[in-house]
Amino acid sequence: MSRPLLDIRDLTLGFKGWTGLTEVLHGISLNIQPGERVALVGESGSGKSVTARIVLGMLQSLRSARIGGTVEFDGRNLAQMSRAERQQLRGTRISMIFQDPTSSLNPVYRIGTQFHEVLKREVPGFSYQEAMNRAAEILREVSIVDAERVLNSYPFQLSGGMNQRVMIAMALANEPDLLLADEPGTALDVTVQAQTLDLMRRLVEQHNTAVLFISHNLGVVREFADRVYVIYKGRIVEHGPTTALFDDPRHPYTRALMTAVPRLTGGGVPDIDDDASAFSAPLVDHLAGEGRP
Amino acid sequence: MNDALISIRKVSKTFDAGGHAVKALDNVSLDVERGSCLAIVGESGSGKSTLANIVLGIYPPSSGEVMFDGEPLPARRTKLNRRQIQLVQQNPLSSLNPKRSIGASLRLALDVHGIGERAERKDMVRALLEEVDLPPEFASRAPAALSGGQRQRVAIARALACQSELVVLDEPTSALDVLVQARVLKLLSELRPKRKLTYIFITHDLAVVRNIADRVAVFEKGRIVETGPTRRLFEKPEHPYTRGLIGAVPVITREELALRASLSTEENT
Repeated sequence: MSRPLLDIRDLTLGFKGWTGLTEVLHGISLNIQPGERVALVGESGSGKSVTARIVLGMLQSLRSARIGGTVEFDGRNLAQMSRAERQQLRGTRISMIFQDPTSSLNPVYRIGTQFHEVLKREVPGFSYQEAMNRAAEILREVSIVDAERVLNSYPFQLSGGMNQRVMIAMALANEPDLLLADEPGTALDVTVQAQTLDLMRRLVEQHNTAVLFISHNLGVVREFADRVYVIYKGRIVEHGPTTALFDDPRHPYTRALMTAVPRLTGGGVPDIDDDASAFSAPLVDHLAGEGRP
Repeated sequence: MNDALISIRKVSKTFDAGGHAVKALDNVSLDVERGSCLAIVGESGSGKSTLANIVLGIYPPSSGEVMFDGEPLPARRTKLNRRQIQLVQQNPLSSLNPKRSIGASLRLALDVHGIGERAERKDMVRALLEEVDLPPEFASRAPAALSGGQRQRVAIARALACQSELVVLDEPTSALDVLVQARVLKLLSELRPKRKLTYIFITHDLAVVRNIADRVAVFEKGRIVETGPTRRLFEKPEHPYTRGLIGAVPVITREELALRASLSTEENT
């Protein structure tokens, strides 16, 4: 088996505060092969977003954070890199898409200027004019036809769906190896969300970009990911290829999650068992014993 | 004769947006039968919330009228009207006063509308909390000390406190985690017959609608493009916009995938 692009082993995270150490992650292991789409699904507070932030190298410099375990990106341990080296990866080889596109773009700069900044991260000498040509090209890839108008607009002049496409275009502009997508499209209408996901899937396939897809929406995960990790209170509880996991969820927590999702085919509001003790059952790995590390 | 608790008759609403008029609602008519749950679905900007605001009396319609229990609702609502029609909003953290304890927020509703004797109200607050499956001790807590699902239960309890007849639920569960959402939806569906409530359920989540509503009205750009009983609308949607909406819902089971596929094949033929 080839070397994973991202390899997280026994990752723990705690925050030191007035009341002592609050443990957030209790040793999670996760890997992503080059070009693979992997989802991390869980409820709010389960530790999905902090995992992405660690991969992005944004918590390592936080004084109150206590991080254990290893995160290797392309064979290099993130903890052994300097701050500058980690920063060098961001926006070039690893990039991120956030949930709310409008608030993650800077409202006081035009899209064009922000695009220029992104492109300069990879090639510092990129001129403004060159950047605009390149940006227009990338925007056309995300099905934005009037690229000139968009580049001359401020984020608040564009719709949420349009901003989301701009974000995707920016994130993929430097052809990263790994894209971290934190609840992309959740703030958008269903039809726009569906278009956004289609677009993202097409682009990452074309560019062979690996994706860590973070979501609480099981339906979206099923449609986007090749492989799924289910996280509950800082622990991975179930892992497997998307179809296997959805056809045969084995962990009590995964089952409860799936029961709770309202069905388009009806059947009423499900009864949810209040007993959460079963949710701490050990990890169910659909791929265990299939030669994975 | 139909027993409509609320009927919306030819309601239009135009807003003035810096010189040009924006038609948020265009000649909308709807009846909501007493004791039923009507879902209003549509994308952002379709006029769902404008309709809710008109029903609640936050602003009057530009034309048309709203009948409640057979009587037209006045532009300036009476105190009785305001008690009868209650709202549960999407984000309970912003709809509950952060400086007031949960108990005080509920108590205020009772005080304002003069419900029960003064001496009884403390017990009424405890009973209300129990009715929404919260421990009575929560009365002394601040909203910030509660989880999202618990806060939403408080918002529901406040609507119950007013002994309302119609509750407008504006995306009541879309900010909640799926397990919490299921429990809150269960509570809402149990309270409706128990308290003889009528719901107007505004949401963009069609899967929720399928499981909680009796009827659905699909809004697009201020107009109703399709309306009908929930089951019929999901199994045989007639309007292309409705099909598009249902077809875009991310689903998890093979049965749902089959339903979606059947909609798109009809589209192509």
